[in-house]
Amino acid sequence: MAATETRMILKYVDQSEYDNSIDCYIRHGGYEVLKKAVQRKPEELAQEVTDSQVRGRGGAGFPAGMKWSFLDRKSGKPIYLICNADESEPGTFKDRQIIYKDPHQLIEGMMISAYATRTKLAFIYIRGEMYDGARILEKAIEEARSKGFVGDNICGSDYGCDIIIYRGAGAYICGEETGLIESLEGKRPYPRIKPPYFPAVLGLYQCPTIVNNVETFCHIKIIAEIGGKEFLKIGTPNNTGTRIWCVSGDVQKPGYYEFPCAAITLGELIYEVCGGLFPGRTLKAVIPGGSSAKVLRADERYKGKLKDGSEFDWSINDIPLDFDSVAACGSMSGSGAVIVMDDTRDMVEVLGNINEFYAHESCGQCTPCREGSLWMKKITTRMSYGDARPEDADLLLDIAKQIEGRTICAFGEACAWPTMSFVSKFKDEFVTKAQNKSTQNSLI
Amino acid sequence: MNVTVKIFYMNLSDQSLEKIENLIPRFPLKQSAVLPLLHIFQEEKGFISKNDIEWIANKLDMQPINVYGLVTFYPMLRESPSGKRQIKVCRTLSCALKGSYKLCQKLQEELNCPLDGTSHDGNYSIEFVECLASCGTAPIVQVDQKLYENVSLEKATDFANAIRKETETGKEGNFNWNL
Repeated sequence: MAATETRMILKYVDQSEYDNSIDCYIRHGGYEVLKKAVQRKPEELAQEVTDSQVRGRGGAGFPAGMKWSFLDRKSGKPIYLICNADESEPGTFKDRQIIYKDPHQLIEGMMISAYATRTKLAFIYIRGEMYDGARILEKAIEEARSKGFVGDNICGSDYGCDIIIYRGAGAYICGEETGLIESLEGKRPYPRIKPPYFPAVLGLYQCPTIVNNVETFCHIKIIAEIGGKEFLKIGTPNNTGTRIWCVSGDVQKPGYYEFPCAAITLGELIYEVCGGLFPGRTLKAVIPGGSSAKVLRADERYKGKLKDGSEFDWSINDIPLDFDSVAACGSMSGSGAVIVMDDTRDMVEVLGNINEFYAHESCGQCTPCREGSLWMKKITTRMSYGDARPEDADLLLDIAKQIEGRTICAFGEACAWPTMSFVSKFKDEFVTKAQNKSTQNSLI
Repeated sequence: MNVTVKIFYMNLSDQSLEKIENLIPRFPLKQSAVLPLLHIFQEEKGFISKNDIEWIANKLDMQPINVYGLVTFYPMLRESPSGKRQIKVCRTLSCALKGSYKLCQKLQEELNCPLDGTSHDGNYSIEFVECLASCGTAPIVQVDQKLYENVSLEKATDFANAIRKETETGKEGNFNWNL
């Protein structure tokens, strides 16, 4: 039996009669949650978010309620709210669905969050390449403004908040929250060092700022609707709510699928939901949370202890899809981007492709990352074109270890982890590459 | 007495100028408007010139070098004109697994255009870009402002023909290309 989706965020998306206009959204009960929310105290709403234990959907999985609780309210400075819609982690395409097909859901979630955090000005930082997405959001905000859901006196209350759409210009680093803030300030998006620059204390214009992902804001709308305690019942403790899994690569039916956390396993996602692999192929490796997550080898046993103390012994197919289980297997569920690779794939070439991405996208601020990502790319590219050397595997690991933990932002880890995991888990392939100097690159 | 008068000139449409005037006061600090302004210049003129940079810097009380630093940093911003049609093929893993390298090669041959360059007739520019965030429908190609999904190698010739036909008939933007 194929697992059936539980669509909460994507409830109406892809239904034939559903469009992205405000009339359609209101017909489906839209903005009712916001109307009720502005009748409540902002602290109550923030408490609901804390109670829900919802974790950020951008990649790090940090609890949203806790992020909000760090807001510096004593300074008297204005508070800013930013929606991170700079979807650019390779493999991720969930935010695109919300922005293009249900923009008002995002706006409602943002306005509830703005009210709960007492923000007067909010931003949506959207990828520069999403021209239509920016236009759809601009139109949606104008529609919402004309109906009193954005702007002054929201839903007849004395509360007001505006939203500005801000378009990026093709830089992956703008997905890092402090890099995004620098970009919004009109500077090069070099991430800031934490401490002291935690956005909740010293964010945009050195004011307290909240940055959340598109999907997170949609969850906050649901939390305001059903209550934090009710939200806890979806998923498992510490892994609450649904998640949208973006599957790409070597599966028959790639796409976006929404399930409660831990409701399905990685095997069910690949073989039942996504129709399995192509005929005659077997599973080789899976990247479970965007290209910066550590790769999972298909024939490995995953053993260890979960946070609650229970022991587990899983094959790759048994791994429950949530935050903690994937992390317990030594990787991360990140942005929910599952990239599947079958037995026809050469792991050196795959890593070469990933390294090229990170070498291109490193902002260049910290030396270990700027230089290291480029060296790793040069080595894996050379290896992919028939000039591998026996010492390359150890050299790659050595470089990766010198990047991890030595940079201002998490990009250092993001570019080191693929190399560390691919080389250590598929060391045989990296070593035999030196003996079998094939100049055939199957990816190219 | 020596008086230096700096004249910043530019030739934007009235519509864009009005957009700029409305945009700047929306931000708490006007420097924030620099990226939107750069987008407005590039979308109207095709690229950002040194003069544009000086004009923007003057407008936003910034140093020209800091505006120029953004133009050199962001992959989407250009200092020189590109072809009439910009074709961006996604290079990153999910698209690469679905054959985007061969697709990119094929499109270069079909449109007679070198990678990262412009065709002789000035009509096309082809770039290999990083993840365009639509990995479930790989391979992905973006033509100007529109995204095309599932552009497999087998369909590359038809796809190139559709772009060519549209460019030569002068009806640009949003061509319908059905699978």
